[in-house]
Amino acid sequence: MSSFWSGWVIFFTALTIGASVWLLYANRKVEVRGEEPKTGHVYDGIEEYDNPLPRWWFNLFLLSVAFSVVYLLLYPGLGNFPGLLGWNSIDQWRREVDAAEARYAPLYARYRALPVEELSADPEAMKMARRLFNNHCSQCHGADARGGYGFPNLTDDDWLYGGTPEAIETTIRRGRSGAMPAWGEILGAEGVENVAHYVLSLSGADHDPVRAAAGAPLFASYCAACHGPDGKGNPALGAPNLTDGVWLYGGSLEMVKYSIRNGRSNRMPPQEAFLDDDRIHLLVAYVWGLSRRP
Amino acid sequence: MKHEIVEKHLGLMVVLILVVISWGGLAQIVPLFFHEATTEPVEGLRPYPPLVLEGRDIYIREGCHVCHTQMVRPLRAETERYGHYSVAGEYVYEHPFLWGSKRTGPDLARVGGRYSDEWHRAHLYNPRDVVPESNMPAYPWLFERIVTGEHTAAKMRALAKVGVPYTEEEIARAAEPFAKGDVREVDALIAYLQQLGTHLRKAQ
Repeated sequence: MSSFWSGWVIFFTALTIGASVWLLYANRKVEVRGEEPKTGHVYDGIEEYDNPLPRWWFNLFLLSVAFSVVYLLLYPGLGNFPGLLGWNSIDQWRREVDAAEARYAPLYARYRALPVEELSADPEAMKMARRLFNNHCSQCHGADARGGYGFPNLTDDDWLYGGTPEAIETTIRRGRSGAMPAWGEILGAEGVENVAHYVLSLSGADHDPVRAAAGAPLFASYCAACHGPDGKGNPALGAPNLTDGVWLYGGSLEMVKYSIRNGRSNRMPPQEAFLDDDRIHLLVAYVWGLSRRP
Repeated sequence: MKHEIVEKHLGLMVVLILVVISWGGLAQIVPLFFHEATTEPVEGLRPYPPLVLEGRDIYIREGCHVCHTQMVRPLRAETERYGHYSVAGEYVYEHPFLWGSKRTGPDLARVGGRYSDEWHRAHLYNPRDVVPESNMPAYPWLFERIVTGEHTAAKMRALAKVGVPYTEEEIARAAEPFAKGDVREVDALIAYLQQLGTHLRKAQ
């Protein structure tokens, strides 16, 4: 703030306080002895005393003026004057953060040194990780981590991009972006139907064997590049395994047809900007451990 | 001055009331118009592009600011959850501010990039589909209504009048993103949400 505006603020603040005190004293009545004065108002023969403000009341006004002066001297408020205590809200926040860091640093250092497999067996660490999960992950993957339509279940040990600690860490840090093209126009309605039956047959779901047989060569030429010739998927591309009966978008004939016809695209946003290394390490252990609970 | 004089002269009382009220404003509000921290944008801050601007107006129309604040206070609990506390320079192009005053839902000042577009779509269509315990209302009509962009240029011009540095070229091309007629309100709203608070990230 320039010194002009600083002076401006100080001037108006001081003026307001000064004017309040002046107003208070200019209107002050001192105690009157003898006959008590009346205001002169008469209503139906009832008159009104013109008594002074009770002393304690008057003193309360003075007290509030004194409080404002002391406050403005101690805390920032008068333009550029930082206050005698030197307090400000950012410093206070800094102190809170530093105190928390000093308190938790040894804990995080211990956790950081533990490999994911061991860390996920530490109940205290997992309590902390669970809170991180609730804040950062549960909105999409659910508080129980079982996911939902379009959001992967993290408890079933079925992984689109791999379930090793390294793969999970990459997913959390960098996010993932998966896209399946739409095949409706290329395959035609009949082709989509046949491929869908073939895809359902891979996991042993109810299907029409004649249509599945007709869909097999189409699958080999259009789908196998990503999902693999045996339909077991490819974690490098995030292409799901189609043989395990786990479905991100539902495993009914209609939903499978919809996926083939219109394609799918999905994205997990990178979380690196929201979490530091220690917290990411805890979350990796938590997510890794979710599908390995006894 | 005697109380009685003020009480019996209405005109004088009006003048004195105006003086009392405006002194507070003169001391607290006016200097901020000239304070660098409130007039200098943070690095990388740009005026809202047309799609985002329309999304912001939908945010206002649906009253999102009634339940969601856009202000991370400098408290550890908040910076742990949301990221860097909000600074004045992030709001330089905000007319009006959408700070809000009550958090029925979480703060949204740094929601940009946190969730995928698909998540926002599912969540706005029916919040309970993705967050079962949510008490946020559903907004299904956002998926039907088209943003025409017919007033976008006028909105940008109005903002330019109060100091948002839109160029003439940007204003001339305001309706372009909506030309095909396939931009639904939900798309504009998500575009707005996805850029919120992305200029300052981690609490330092």
